[in-house]
Amino acid sequence: MENFNLFIRSIFIDNMIFAYFLGMCSFLAVSKNVKTAFGLGMAVTFMLVITLPTNYLLQTYVLRPGALAWLGAEYAEVDLSFLSLILFIAVIASMTQLVEMVVEKYSPSLYAQLGIFLPLIAVNCAILGGSLFMQQRDFADVWTATCAGGGWGIGWLLAITAVAAIRERIAAYSNVPKPLRGVGITFIITALMGIAFMSFLGIKL
Amino acid sequence: MAEKTSNKSVFLNPLSKDNPVVVQILGICSVLAVTAKLEPAIVMGISVIAVLAFSNVIISCLRKTIPTNIRIIVQLVVVAGLVVIVSQLLKAYAYDVSKQLSVFIGLIITNCILMGRLEAFAMGNRPFASFLDGIGNGVGYAIILIIVGFFRELLGSGTLLGYQVVPQAWYDAGYCNNGLMILPPMALIVVACIIWVQRSVNKDLQEK
Repeated sequence: MENFNLFIRSIFIDNMIFAYFLGMCSFLAVSKNVKTAFGLGMAVTFMLVITLPTNYLLQTYVLRPGALAWLGAEYAEVDLSFLSLILFIAVIASMTQLVEMVVEKYSPSLYAQLGIFLPLIAVNCAILGGSLFMQQRDFADVWTATCAGGGWGIGWLLAITAVAAIRERIAAYSNVPKPLRGVGITFIITALMGIAFMSFLGIKL
Repeated sequence: MAEKTSNKSVFLNPLSKDNPVVVQILGICSVLAVTAKLEPAIVMGISVIAVLAFSNVIISCLRKTIPTNIRIIVQLVVVAGLVVIVSQLLKAYAYDVSKQLSVFIGLIITNCILMGRLEAFAMGNRPFASFLDGIGNGVGYAIILIIVGFFRELLGSGTLLGYQVVPQAWYDAGYCNNGLMILPPMALIVVACIIWVQRSVNKDLQEK
């Protein structure tokens, strides 16, 4: 039940885009139409679900102060937490590569949909941000980390799909002032949706 | 492209015409998250300038020896190494600010400005030109951070760098801080306004 609450919380209250503004670069670049936006959202969700538990295990058994105690008493004092940035980004970059190869081999149709987005994901702030929040919040176990990862991913997916849908309509029907067209108006839409999402803040889960 | 373009334009273009934030739309995440107050905005700007300049130089020195297909990983490792140094320095000398910036120092690694400049400039240019390009883009980024941070702190808290700016008499006369400015969505609106101004001045940047 705890984990389910955390999952819902991560989708709506801690939404990666509307609450933390992570992964904005690809969010702004790819939200021009719903189909590609949905594809990128799926890829991000997938990567978050995979990398968060992996990095959680790294954090628990290698990185945090005293984590190496399972190797023997003389390692109990070792604190490797300064290495966490490098290890996390290495895990994310190599996972991206791995997922790309696996998807290409076993599901060419999915690969054709996600293909171009997969390399982009290694530098998506939402993924590294997820791992860093995980480190900051001290999750209780691997399942909690996985649920949070899934929630953040789905939240990101929802956000990018919704904004892409709005942008499609705006491009077709409305007369935006010239200097604001494209990026400018997207910023304002995102801000308004962010304010709307704040109404979830009062909900206690 | 670049051996011909002069060092001066390499340095000055990113400040306005080619600004990494409002024209190239890179590195937005951190602009929005750290600008509620002016002080973290300045610290963040300086950190990004430092990391960007040095990673540009290092990659530019290595550019002939890096095999093309693993270049992303090499770039990420160089950047991550520099970011670790910056974050340890901040923890040692500016602990409060580094607490406020929390995960965003780590997120400099995935700041798209870094990858973008390394790919687009440092891989094909001499170290000194790359250094200038790094400083130029870093300063362009910092300027936007400082403008946004300035307006958000002034309108949201009535202070600048923690000092009271709005006189007490105004509050007595019924002036109120705009609490909305502290919240992250307003950073998007401020950036949108900067884009609006920028594009009304430079007509050739407008999208059709």
